[in-house]
Amino acid sequence: MKSQDARATPAAVPFWNDPKKRSLFYQFATLCLVGLLGYYLFTNTVTNLRRQNIASGFSFLQKESAFEIGESVIPYSAADSYGRALLVGALNTLKVAFVGILITTILGTVIGIARLSSNWLLAKLASVYIEAMQDIPILLHLFFWYAFFYESLPSPRQAICPGAGIYLCNRGVAFTIPEAHPAHKYMLLGFLIACVIVYFLRRWAKKRQALTGNYFPVFRVSLALLLGLPFLSWLSFGAPTALNSPKLVGFNFVGGLTVSPEFIALQLGLVLYTAAFVAEVVRAGIRSVGKGQTEAALSLGLRPIPILNLVVLPQALRVIIPPLTSQMLNLTKNSSLAVAIGFPDFVSVANTTMNQTGQAIEGVALIMAVYLLFSLSTSAFMNWYNKRVALVER
Amino acid sequence: MHGEKGNMETFSNAPNSVTLKPPVASIGPIGWARKNLFNSLFNSILTILTLYLIWKVLPPFIRWAFVDSLWYAASEQCKAGDGACWSIITRNIRFILFGFYPYDLHWRPLCAMLILFTLLGFSRNRKNWNKHLAYAWIAGLLAMGLLMKGGVFGLKSVESTQWGGLPLTLLLAVFGLTAAYPLGIVLALGRQSKMPIVRVFCVLYIELIRGVPLISLLFMSSVIFPLFLPEGVTLNKILRAQAAIILFTAAYIAEVVRGGLQAISRGQYEAAESLGLGYFLTMRLIILPQALKIVIPPSVSILISAFKDTSLVVIIALYDILKTTQSMLSNPLWMGFSKEAYLFLAVLYFLGCFSMSSYSRKLEKDLSAGT
Repeated sequence: MKSQDARATPAAVPFWNDPKKRSLFYQFATLCLVGLLGYYLFTNTVTNLRRQNIASGFSFLQKESAFEIGESVIPYSAADSYGRALLVGALNTLKVAFVGILITTILGTVIGIARLSSNWLLAKLASVYIEAMQDIPILLHLFFWYAFFYESLPSPRQAICPGAGIYLCNRGVAFTIPEAHPAHKYMLLGFLIACVIVYFLRRWAKKRQALTGNYFPVFRVSLALLLGLPFLSWLSFGAPTALNSPKLVGFNFVGGLTVSPEFIALQLGLVLYTAAFVAEVVRAGIRSVGKGQTEAALSLGLRPIPILNLVVLPQALRVIIPPLTSQMLNLTKNSSLAVAIGFPDFVSVANTTMNQTGQAIEGVALIMAVYLLFSLSTSAFMNWYNKRVALVER
Repeated sequence: MHGEKGNMETFSNAPNSVTLKPPVASIGPIGWARKNLFNSLFNSILTILTLYLIWKVLPPFIRWAFVDSLWYAASEQCKAGDGACWSIITRNIRFILFGFYPYDLHWRPLCAMLILFTLLGFSRNRKNWNKHLAYAWIAGLLAMGLLMKGGVFGLKSVESTQWGGLPLTLLLAVFGLTAAYPLGIVLALGRQSKMPIVRVFCVLYIELIRGVPLISLLFMSSVIFPLFLPEGVTLNKILRAQAAIILFTAAYIAEVVRGGLQAISRGQYEAAESLGLGYFLTMRLIILPQALKIVIPPSVSILISAFKDTSLVVIIALYDILKTTQSMLSNPLWMGFSKEAYLFLAVLYFLGCFSMSSYSRKLEKDLSAGT
């Protein structure tokens, strides 16, 4: 009887048992707690800053930096501002990330495929590599390769010459490169134009095949375009073949392209470490495409390369790309360890700036903002890609 | 299957049957090599190339590391020889392992580590996972802290600024994970919550932390954190770095736990609701026990990366095992033997991580077989 009465009068729920009001209360409490914590930290910080006479704000960015940076993509000197120094650091980080991602993807894919090879020796070797490299901290990788350059390689005078025009020494690696010539600019232009043409050619060929069933040899034509246009522009400038090779002047190499030991150690560490993870990602992606898919494609009469292109890769890439991007992001974040071996990446430059100006909060905020920018743009790309390749279900 | 087997038996039992051995080339080592190494032209070329590479690399390495190497020699002899100088390890092992901890008190961190390893070894077996083990862990962690810190029971007090080496690495990893786990669970629950403000805070925290490198948090702990504290209050450097590692790891754990929460079907929530359980009871009794079981293997891989990431405290000048090795290498007596020292460290880290990852694989197998 009693329970029936209670059910008959639902309005009698006390306010602390009303889920809506309770949830509002919890949220209000959280907001207050976070706000109070923030206020407490803020007031403490302000008092401490005032007590220690530390300036705040980003006006230091315009001041003269008064420190040199070892390597830079854009012109920079100690007379430039902190802002420009930080820009140099950010560009160096991008450079490391770009080169690293390129090599890591290739190496990781090769090792991942080797891990799946029917060749027992190769598969075992690849799995040993993957296991060993994953289990060593990235910082140890960096220290090891840096020490390797400084301790095990000879001085420039006794530089090792592993191939024509390449010199290995404890000051880095010097490469022979073609002498600068206006033709190079046009070769690059030709290559870019070829890329655009290939893009539209592919679209056209796909459309035509869908409409008429006629097949167009896209791959061969694209290859011819991509190689041919730069080659033609090279020929039209009289085929310059002058080489700029490094020469030993005094204690170091001059000319050619010299890459610093810090950069190479950083790349070696990042690439060897991340490639192990990429290999696992690639392996999982390829394994995710069932054997039946390949067999079905074979029974349809497709040849091995179209099978890879049309059947296996589109399905494997859907599995591979998301973890692959997160590995690439990891590589970019790990490149911040460059500070430990003295390569002037963004963190390293920001660290110097913090030490000189004493404005640690702004410095760390800048570091976080830059890396957040990288990762947010990557996840934006990921979302776009996921939407594009997502299975369209009926 | 049964019929086939029966047929086979009748064949082999048939009178006058001649048992033909398979051809030599398809069994034994030769058959194995033909099947696994030389089954096509391409594979044969690959095998030969790989063998050539191994032959080029391995013998010189073995020669350097084992044949020509010196194990207990002084540094002068090492500099004269051309093999590996392992004596850099054997002669400095106590400094590498314990850093600046008072020399005559090294038994204390050693005991602490032994307690840790015993507990870890005991926890490997899933049959031992019960309340007693949890108490043993709490008691063990307390005992480790006491052994390191001292100051009671007649143990001499050792300031945490003197802690270093392997105990510090293990301390940062173990405490980092044990403290980060509850925080990560709370964050994951917050992210799944129906309350928008709570959810927004949790999402912001998780994405912010996952978007920045650990080193920026370590910088924050070493240079900004002191500014956050009221005047006169200071926290030592190890605790601050530990806090940074905890805050960092928690965000990653939150994402792993979220995966587990998402794997629980709606029916479980509805069943709990129909039993009249509230939110906290539902989570504690129904959802979390299932979700946490699912995420044990990925949690171990987070433990592995937390263990590796502790090495980053080198950058804010804490004396973990990597930093003690480095400072030993800056001693003029032992300069120039970085390769040996770093290889030794690599082996140590490898052993730690490999045992964890192989355990996680075994666990994954057990768990998937159990359900």
